[in-house]
Amino acid sequence: MSGPSPELTVLRLARPYLKRLVGAGLLAAATEFAGLALMATATWLLMTAAGQPPLDRLTVAIVAVRALAVGRGVLRYTERLAGHDAVLRLVTDVRTRVFATLAERRGAPPRTGDALSRLVSDVEAVQDLLLRVLVPGAAAGLVSVLAVGLTALVSPPAALVLTGGLLLAGVALPVLATLLTRRAGAEVAPLRGALAADAVDLTHGAADLAAFGATGDALGAAGRRARRLARLERRLAALGFAVDAAGVLVAGVTAGAVVLVALRAGLDGVLVGVLAVGTLAAVEIALALVGAARQWTGLRTGLVRIARLVAPGPQTGPETAPQAGPQAGRAVVAGDVAAGDVVAGAPDVRFERVTVRYRAGAPAALDDFDLDLPPGHRVAVVGPSGAGKSSLAAVLTGAVHPDSGRVTLDGRDVSSFPPDVLPRLVGGLLAEAYVFHASVRDNLLLGRAGADEAALTGAADAAGLADWVRDQPEGWGTVVGEQGGQLSGGQRQRLALARALLAAPAVLVLDEPTEGLDPVAADEVLAGALAAVPAGHSVLLISHRLSGLAELDEIVVLDAGRIVQRGRHADLVATAGWYRDQWLLQQAAEHGYLALSTRSA
Amino acid sequence: MNRRPFDPRLLRRVPAARRDLVLLALLGLLAAGLIVAQATALATLLATAFAGRLDRAALAGFVAAVAARSVLVWAQGAVSARLAATVKAALRADLLGAVARHGPGWVAGQRAGQLATLAGRGLDALDAYFTGYLPQLVLSVTVPLAVLGRIFLADWSSAVIIALTLPLIPVFGALLGWQAQAATERQWRRLSLLGGHFLDMVAGLPTLRAFGRARSQTEAVRRMADGHRVSTMKTLRIAFLSALVLELVATLSVALVAVPVGVRLLGGGLTLQTALLVLLLTPEAYLPLRAAGSRFHASMEGLTALDEALTLSGSAPAPTGRTGALPDGRGEIRFESVTVAYERTTALRDVTLTIRPGERIAVIGPSGAGKSTLLNLLLGFVAPTSGRVTVGGVDLADAELEGWRRQVAWVPQRAHLFATSLADNIRLGTPDAEPAQIAAAVRDAALDDVVAALPEGLDTRLGERGHGLSSGQRQRVALARAFLRDAPVVLLDEPTARLDAAAEEAVLSATHRLVTGRTALLVAHRPALLKGVDRVLRVADGRVTELAPAGEVR
Repeated sequence: MSGPSPELTVLRLARPYLKRLVGAGLLAAATEFAGLALMATATWLLMTAAGQPPLDRLTVAIVAVRALAVGRGVLRYTERLAGHDAVLRLVTDVRTRVFATLAERRGAPPRTGDALSRLVSDVEAVQDLLLRVLVPGAAAGLVSVLAVGLTALVSPPAALVLTGGLLLAGVALPVLATLLTRRAGAEVAPLRGALAADAVDLTHGAADLAAFGATGDALGAAGRRARRLARLERRLAALGFAVDAAGVLVAGVTAGAVVLVALRAGLDGVLVGVLAVGTLAAVEIALALVGAARQWTGLRTGLVRIARLVAPGPQTGPETAPQAGPQAGRAVVAGDVAAGDVVAGAPDVRFERVTVRYRAGAPAALDDFDLDLPPGHRVAVVGPSGAGKSSLAAVLTGAVHPDSGRVTLDGRDVSSFPPDVLPRLVGGLLAEAYVFHASVRDNLLLGRAGADEAALTGAADAAGLADWVRDQPEGWGTVVGEQGGQLSGGQRQRLALARALLAAPAVLVLDEPTEGLDPVAADEVLAGALAAVPAGHSVLLISHRLSGLAELDEIVVLDAGRIVQRGRHADLVATAGWYRDQWLLQQAAEHGYLALSTRSA
Repeated sequence: MNRRPFDPRLLRRVPAARRDLVLLALLGLLAAGLIVAQATALATLLATAFAGRLDRAALAGFVAAVAARSVLVWAQGAVSARLAATVKAALRADLLGAVARHGPGWVAGQRAGQLATLAGRGLDALDAYFTGYLPQLVLSVTVPLAVLGRIFLADWSSAVIIALTLPLIPVFGALLGWQAQAATERQWRRLSLLGGHFLDMVAGLPTLRAFGRARSQTEAVRRMADGHRVSTMKTLRIAFLSALVLELVATLSVALVAVPVGVRLLGGGLTLQTALLVLLLTPEAYLPLRAAGSRFHASMEGLTALDEALTLSGSAPAPTGRTGALPDGRGEIRFESVTVAYERTTALRDVTLTIRPGERIAVIGPSGAGKSTLLNLLLGFVAPTSGRVTVGGVDLADAELEGWRRQVAWVPQRAHLFATSLADNIRLGTPDAEPAQIAAAVRDAALDDVVAALPEGLDTRLGERGHGLSSGQRQRVALARAFLRDAPVVLLDEPTARLDAAAEEAVLSATHRLVTGRTALLVAHRPALLKGVDRVLRVADGRVTELAPAGEVR
């Protein structure tokens, strides 16, 4: 991987809070040092007292012991508050940066719940990097240096021994722990992945396995893999805990060696005791670095992902589209369209030999596709699923760039419109319309900011949502729950449709506007929606249901990315082909009669 | 969320864990003894050093105690990791075994997702509980007792101070814990709201973009995150107070013990060695309790996963393995007044139906009307709430299901493909099929052009859930499975749903080949599928009606 390390990227973002972070680190060091000093002073107190000096020689030590005991707690408290304050400020920045980056990208955001929650935990990795790795790490380092310095004042040979112990505990062991954790991760991860796949197969494929009598075999294979993982985990844990064991040994042996060296150097007995107890405490503090190193290894992948999202990188900048291109015919110039306006006339929409392919080698979703949508025309696109209907909407609204060909509005390529302006011209109800965890009003206002009550009611009425809203105690303020969870599927669909109608773009795209509604409601809602479209606006209706299309100007049947049939409803029903087949079957399923025998030529 | 630190169900469900748990307890006792031994040796060493002498025996004792403790730390880690691995493997086997025992009907729906997550990565959260928390829990019992006992023998007045302050840790921990828990829970809700908001915004980005609002929402995200920071700091100020109090109890106790001991030393009422021993041991008494407390939170996720796993795998009693009569697939299939009611809806009402051997029957009707339930009854995935289904006179409720299913080939709406080779996917259930038989099935299912286009042909490995194949290709793999099965009864569930015209054509002709000469129940949603069937049934609202006599459906 090229570029700076993810830690550096994160730290660069932390620059505004550097003072706070350094402060937190110093406080953390002071806390640890207070703990060390408490034990050392108490030892000095006892060993001095054993010489039975006058009491006033001990007064300072007694006060110091009490002060350190209280001070350590208070220091810890302030340190934690300071650290969290600084880090939470940074996390706010990171969240905002991540969102801005995703908003700027043209591609789809992470779609699965898994990828989304990973995004949240990745942001938390930034928090952990600072609070659990960098701040405690820096504190441990600082205290170690201080301990060595103070020891050197008393006995340079003892300081040398202490340095050795601290290097082992604070450098060698953490490095070893990092290497082991990393290796364990690399060995365990593929097995865990395979086991997760087994679990998916055995649960989601349970019916297939049972029907074909293969459950036993699959279960056996998964069990073998689980046992292999268990063996591997045991082996790796035995290695990993050897590092902790070595830590205990290093602390004790260093303390023993310090006593030996100090006595050899003829140091005063009291100081030997202080050095021994202090050494134990200092090495213990340095050993915290082992834990920090393990944490850091675990955070790495999340940090890499976040760094990629927030890295300044090659500045793409806000895509202010070049104002080039012929400003032909009607005035649909960017500047003329202010947010909140309803656009008066519709542009002339042309698909010119558009081809879309989502993966190299995959069949084309749209294949050399041509279509005209003159101003004010209402066209339906129908066809089996996977025929390319939603790709059509995606290309038209600029969400997907065609691999070849182009889509133009009054002769101007859709990709040349600024992303804030295009939705006023082309848009509406697109596939997977999202309902936000907010009030009905806020969800609707997304369509047109500042719309008044009358406009809201009008749109809700047309989508068949108004009655429901009136029935709610909170009315427009009703909160719809996460992903509209408090709504039924039908209400959610109506809400998304009402939002699209409120937005009223000049070219209204309706992708399956009646999905999830029962046939009667679907017919009503579609008729209401079409009636609510202002005169002069164009409509591109995408549907798998063929009811209610009789009034449309044209119906286009799409299959495998190409037009296979086109015409008005009456003509298509009279001609053999996909449209008539589907029409008959839908009628049969919905209305209970099978008109198959009425096949006339 | 209040949770016991140890779930006793674990002992019953994973008996293999007992040995390691006992071992952990023994190691905990040993560790406590070694801590006392180490402090005793060090106190002796330093007391003689005070006189300027080196006590070699004490130094050797100290180093030996340290070395033994080091080995013990390793052993504790290794045993607890072994315990974690054992428990995880056992629970995984339990969970996945429950799937096999209860059958697909039990797994369907949300439970499938929960099970897959839990048996997959969910249980790995147990590592933190077993290797981090549980050994500390043992030490938090053994070490304070051992330390207190040793100090009592050396200097009972210090032991009293410790004995009085030590309970303050769990008591304050609990008291403040409640406070902190309430605050933390409020905070969690706020955090999940923010996490939720942030996710909400990210998940809704395409919609925001579709309305030209993506950029203007960035400020809203910052405002929300900042609001979250301010309210978090407010709760943290209280939450950290609990940590402050616990820390103070521990450090002040050291001061409380050290200062009087120092004063008594001054008066000559105590030996230096005893005084040092008390000083060295005092902090050790408080340490494990605080460590266990702080690790408890990190192991919460593991405890939740453990609870879920024990509950899930132990829920419904396992149906007993059935060795009933074996139905003959070449016999008549009868539904006798069958009603199937699910928790919320009734899928089939009082359905009576006879399917003669060799008959090909199409089933049409709106989605959700109960068509798939008909097939699930025949497969034994669903049992009738009332009425019965018989095959060749044998009630499926007491039939030997494995043997019956062997006579059924099933092509579901969305066949599950497995992350193995294409060939393995086709010979699912007939693992010892000859290559020639597979080749024939591939040909019959019109899959040969697909196989030819794949880099390694039949040996090509598919991704998870069959990733890499289009829906039409996957459907043909399911058909190939059915051809290879060569069973007298064929059940097809909308085999051409979601296919484009070219793919549909290929699947259709394969379907016609498949049903020829077999008893077939065909859930259809396209007129083309009705070609060549003997009868058409319409299912609506759970009721089945006969539509057209065979002759008219041409």
